[in-house]
Amino acid sequence: MESELDAKETSSSSKKKVKGTVYITEDRCKGCSFCVVFCPTGALAMGGRLNHKGYHLPELANPEKCNGCDMCGLFCPDFAIFGVRLKKKETKENA
Amino acid sequence: MSGTPQNPVEKLLRTERMPHIWCPGCGIGTSVNCFARALEQANIDYKNLHVVSGIGCSGRVAGYVNVDSFHTTHGRAIPFATGLAMARPEAKVVVYSGDGDLFAIGGNHLIHAARRNIDMTVICVNNFTYGMTGGQVTPTTPYSAKASTMPYGNFEDTFNLPNLVDACGAVFVARWTIYHVRQLTRSMTKALNTPGFSFIEVLSPCPTLYQRRNKLGDGVMMVQYFKERSTIENGANTADVALGFQGDIVVGEFVERERPTFIQNYNTRMEQVLGDAFVPYEGVK
Repeated sequence: MESELDAKETSSSSKKKVKGTVYITEDRCKGCSFCVVFCPTGALAMGGRLNHKGYHLPELANPEKCNGCDMCGLFCPDFAIFGVRLKKKETKENA
Repeated sequence: MSGTPQNPVEKLLRTERMPHIWCPGCGIGTSVNCFARALEQANIDYKNLHVVSGIGCSGRVAGYVNVDSFHTTHGRAIPFATGLAMARPEAKVVVYSGDGDLFAIGGNHLIHAARRNIDMTVICVNNFTYGMTGGQVTPTTPYSAKASTMPYGNFEDTFNLPNLVDACGAVFVARWTIYHVRQLTRSMTKALNTPGFSFIEVLSPCPTLYQRRNKLGDGVMMVQYFKERSTIENGANTADVALGFQGDIVVGEFVERERPTFIQNYNTRMEQVLGDAFVPYEGVK
């Protein structure tokens, strides 16, 4: 089991890692946490911030884990979040 | 906000009406999200698309999609859609409604539309209850589940929706839950491109009424139940896919068959009887 994990880790580190980020429309979010629970990489978490209606908002707690697969966008019942792939050496700020 | 990418489903939505009325943890929004992506994948011209809804939580879909949409009377989404499909055979007609609207109040319309094979796609969001009116029992509420009109648990037998529409002759029948977002999107794309009566059942949580009364937790817990207890069985016999209270769920694309549509049948028959004197029907010009 251990060796299997090791092999997995080396193969993923040798590959070029895909980077991504998420955009959240805060006013639409109702804090259902679908995006957090069903994020395949565990990049999102429920944050402490509230929106204007008093719902807890998700946040990108582990930005390095996000690969922009847009699974959060597909699950979101409120059309409030979506993921995008970032090009090489691009960050959310200069995207 | 210049330079910020836009949500890929933004252009299908009437954003001025957002946030929508659906409760936190409700799955209808997720199914609309899949529907919006399916429309993009199916390459459908929005000018040639009509979305028809009945009454209920799922009936609100017509008000939130930014295409030609029609919010009709309770249970009568399919009669309105039939008229549209007859007048404009070149258009895509989608009926987007709930289980109570389509199978209880509008049950008769649905079975006859399937029997006639009218060219439309029916998406039925099944949340096991009447959400908007206070959690009454529906023909899809599982045995022993509590509802506001069944405080001691439901004792009625339930409809097996895929089996019912299969028996009526639908050309495409599928069932997914809102956990299966990618598969649901793919099935919706396929249904939109299938001529004839295609039907998709989408199982969705109803945290406010169905789950609260049955002590099943919030929306996430229901989707986790969908995840754990679902098995994908494409081509399964629809007689074996009935749902029980918190029991196993069989999902997949069950039926794919070819049948002439209502308009094709009409043209064929009239040509046989009237010969050259008959002008084939091609919609209202």
